[in-house]
Amino acid sequence: MRLAKKHDSSILEGDLTPMIDMTFQLIAFFMVLINFTQSESNDKVQLPDSELAKPPETVLENYRIIHLAEDGTAVMGTKEEYYKGMRTALDLQYRQIQFSGEQPADTTIVIRAHKNAKGGMVQELIQICQEAGFESFALRAEENVNNGFKYISPVPGG
Amino acid sequence: MKIRNSDNAGEKIELQMTPMIDIVFQLLVFFIMTFKIVSMEGDFNIRMPAAAPQAAPPEQMEFPPMKLYLSADANGTLTGIQLNESQPTSFQALNQEIQKLVGTDSGPGARETAEIEIGFDYDLRYEFVIGAVTAVSGTKTTSGDVVKLIEKIRFNTPENPNAGE
Repeated sequence: MRLAKKHDSSILEGDLTPMIDMTFQLIAFFMVLINFTQSESNDKVQLPDSELAKPPETVLENYRIIHLAEDGTAVMGTKEEYYKGMRTALDLQYRQIQFSGEQPADTTIVIRAHKNAKGGMVQELIQICQEAGFESFALRAEENVNNGFKYISPVPGG
Repeated sequence: MKIRNSDNAGEKIELQMTPMIDIVFQLLVFFIMTFKIVSMEGDFNIRMPAAAPQAAPPEQMEFPPMKLYLSADANGTLTGIQLNESQPTSFQALNQEIQKLVGTDSGPGARETAEIEIGFDYDLRYEFVIGAVTAVSGTKTTSGDVVKLIEKIRFNTPENPNAGE
């Protein structure tokens, strides 16, 4: 079969407008969705999930975040050390809060502990915070997208 | 002032699209690469003063503090739940027990005054602790609304089995 040759020598120009339209829409989409609250997270911490974990309706005004990794490493601000050595950093925070004219007792210590961290470590960390003068705590968890209890009966068949 | 007529007035000006498309695609790739879907996070509030004075002896309180204990094996896996005298077999059963204790039949104010002390083995993984806190602090209805149960939650004093080492 003989194919007819085209002899059109003019330059073909595709219409770029729809593509640029779509590209700008995609950029706008990602810019809007980019999460700026990442500064509150820590790579070492994977939060446990809970079906009741919902973002608070009122934003916490005075709070300090402590990240607790699986191996017991605690991170508060730029300070990173084993959780049992956090007392000095907490005392410093306590004085800073007092100096700024706020009540340390009204400052919430937000604990972001890894889901596989030992519960006893969290208990001890809370106790260390209590000894430093803090009394309001918030245990942070991730929203469970699947409804219902994730767990898991301790008793076979339960 | 005389305006000079340009010789090119009649020609079509063609915009250079290539650099713009270059930049736009680079921006797009940047946002796609840095995009991370993050789940929403929420808090369970716990108020635990170092030495909380008790308002009244437990026997005089309308709802004496409930005691919940979670046992774990050496791997940190939950092996048992003890709520006062009963032993729920799962967090769902625990949630139902709590609903019976402080639910709507317990009269007005039961949920506000009810208090629970949670204790657990040192090695128990934190995800189970949060599971228990979830089970006692509320329940989700089929319509997705959250019904609060116990709001006053506290942990007991930790006992580290390796403390002497």
